[in-house]
Amino acid sequence: MTIATPPHASGPAPGSEPPPSSGFDSLPALMSLMTGDEKHDAAATSTLDALWVLYDRVLRVRPDRPGDPGRDRFLLSKGHGPMAYYAVLAARGFLPADWLPGFGSYDSPLGHHPDRTLVPGAEIGSGSLGHGLPLAVGTALGLRARKLTGPRVWVLVGDAELDEGSNHEAIDFAGAAGLDRLHTLVIDNSSASHPLPDGIASRFTAAGWSALTVDGRDHEALYAAYTRPHPGRPHAVVARVEPKHA
Amino acid sequence: MDTMRKRFASVVSGLLDEDPRLAVVLAEIGTDGFRRAAERHPDRVVNVGIREQLLVGAGGGLALAGMRPVLHTFASFLVERPFEQLKLDFGHQGTGGVLVSAGGSYDWPAGGFTHMAPGDVALLDTLDGWTVHVPGHPDEAETLLRRACAGGPGGADGSGEGGDRVYVRLSAQTNAHPRPVTGEGFLTVRRGGPGAPVVVAVGPLLDAVLAAVRDLDATVLYATTVRPFDAAALRAATAGPGAPEVVLVEPYLAGTSTAAAAEALADIPHRILGLGTARAELRRYGTAAEHLAAHGLDPHSLRERITAFTARAAV
Repeated sequence: MTIATPPHASGPAPGSEPPPSSGFDSLPALMSLMTGDEKHDAAATSTLDALWVLYDRVLRVRPDRPGDPGRDRFLLSKGHGPMAYYAVLAARGFLPADWLPGFGSYDSPLGHHPDRTLVPGAEIGSGSLGHGLPLAVGTALGLRARKLTGPRVWVLVGDAELDEGSNHEAIDFAGAAGLDRLHTLVIDNSSASHPLPDGIASRFTAAGWSALTVDGRDHEALYAAYTRPHPGRPHAVVARVEPKHA
Repeated sequence: MDTMRKRFASVVSGLLDEDPRLAVVLAEIGTDGFRRAAERHPDRVVNVGIREQLLVGAGGGLALAGMRPVLHTFASFLVERPFEQLKLDFGHQGTGGVLVSAGGSYDWPAGGFTHMAPGDVALLDTLDGWTVHVPGHPDEAETLLRRACAGGPGGADGSGEGGDRVYVRLSAQTNAHPRPVTGEGFLTVRRGGPGAPVVVAVGPLLDAVLAAVRDLDATVLYATTVRPFDAAALRAATAGPGAPEVVLVEPYLAGTSTAAAAEALADIPHRILGLGTARAELRRYGTAAEHLAAHGLDPHSLRERITAFTARAAV
């Protein structure tokens, strides 16, 4: 069974105004609170633009409604290097910026891999690769079973993370099941030792997904890819950024 | 013939009609039993194909979405193969679900070691918060399954926070008659004299234990819920003169519950014998009866091993 995709709605859910948040320009300073560095190399920020556009313009999530059944779900599967994620969550008001300097310390809720029971706004705990996409498939199945047709499920994976076989179990099943509430964002920094010869997008389309490859630093291109209609199919966006080992 | 697996399919199919938060996830194994339920509830009976990592990962995602997932396949493919998924996709996420396995340690001896999971309960012992039920009769399986399915996904907002994690280990081996199990603690089915050895019989091995000790002075506790381990029942049964002698008879890896029993009796001198399946592969096919005998779990072997253990104490 598939559910028709409703017209895309961006921005926050209807209702009262969400708490104030900071803009994209605030992110480098927020990341510096965690790393102590003034500047960050591309690898440390490979997810930054893609995450920002998702949180700023697409995801219907609000820090004052963390348990809203109708919220969109964003699952960070690639849990390592979460500074950009924490910075975006801080900028969007999910966690206070004064948590950031403690990053990785014993008393901090912010580890080098996120824990959903400690981090407001984090839908999953991650770090071990290959868990987010299967969890996202189950979340999409669960929302469908609850007749919650509004919320969309997004999961962020890395290109090398796709080596894990668990992802391929999830990709193939989601395509066959037509889970059109499911979206996968692949951050491709060419870090896989054995890249797919036909590219990443074709791996998804071969399984029945809609898929697009875009410049992972181009905010308008990311937004257009995120919001492209994909009736009856799950949707993958491959965001290409600078190679990790350039 | 009524079996635990047939009862599982019929009982959980009925529960799907009653509880909209219940969902069954399968990986080809067991789909026949849920065919009608899948027609009635296509969104809540999901067959992911032969994909056991996804079976558990999708189950974890269902819990995150506020559902109560019930996952089923052979024990070897439910617990051993996707073990890290159990650890992370339920435990680390802080969510709950119900695992229902079939096959046990020696239900299909002709199938060989690939379809045997003698280590499943020991593996779950390395994780926090799993309740483990080992029914010994289809009626007991029904009681325990109903209880397991009723456990909530947890969290006031249905986020799955803190839900019960339950493992139900179904078997083709059964006792002749059901006992009034509840899903909590051990039952005392035979009471020996003061200071008599205490035999803890787990699930389908109860009848063999009762036959083995029929003319011996021994207390027999029946365990269908082995985790949490009923330390209070063991302490009460062993109260009396002399150092307690405890024999654990489990239909999976020998010694699986020895640590739990030792912990229950940590402050008093005691002796424990852990009986169960052997660690070494038999590399034999044949029948369940032949495998039970090979593991020393038939009544005759049990009697010899129990009396040898208690006789050593008397020396």
